[in-house]
Amino acid sequence: MSGALDIVASVLMVLGALLTALAALGLLRLPDVYTRMHAASKAGALGAGLLLLGAGVASSDLAILVRTLLGIAFLLATTPVGAHLLARAALRQGTAPGESTSIIEYDRHQ
Amino acid sequence: MIGTAAMLAMLLLGLALLGTLVRVVRGPTLADRILGLDTMMLVLVGVIAVYAVQVRISAYIDIALALTLLSFMSTIAFARYLLSRRPS
Repeated sequence: MSGALDIVASVLMVLGALLTALAALGLLRLPDVYTRMHAASKAGALGAGLLLLGAGVASSDLAILVRTLLGIAFLLATTPVGAHLLARAALRQGTAPGESTSIIEYDRHQ
Repeated sequence: MIGTAAMLAMLLLGLALLGTLVRVVRGPTLADRILGLDTMMLVLVGVIAVYAVQVRISAYIDIALALTLLSFMSTIAFARYLLSRRPS
């Protein structure tokens, strides 16, 4: 039983670390701050969530597992809000999008 | 088995931390740096979770949760600061 939990936790941790590394890669390679936000907020939140879940499963303790699940719920609820706030602030403050961005809908709704 | 997986995860997380650090240092805009710091916080949450598995002390998971709360607050504070600056 404990062996099966260990395998599940190992897979979760490696997957989460891979996703987090992918988020960092996107942060490095994408052209402007608005596209980088896609990589950072989606892959980053999911990667950190999977790592937390892996740690919760590895502890094989129900109380700790429930705590990590609550943490993951909070992470998934707040990361998009934070990214949205940052994108709005950057656009209002005048951070220019990359050259490949041609349509900015934000201006039409002012 | 789980020790090897934790080691591999730590390696990948270290690379991710380096990548976010490069983005924070290089910029080019303030929003990029804020985004890099935010992602760095997420990576650190993962590092602490993996460390809790490595040393088998589950109290570290609480620290990771506290860091999750803190990262949201800091992102909001940075976004407010970005808004309050003069348009560049």
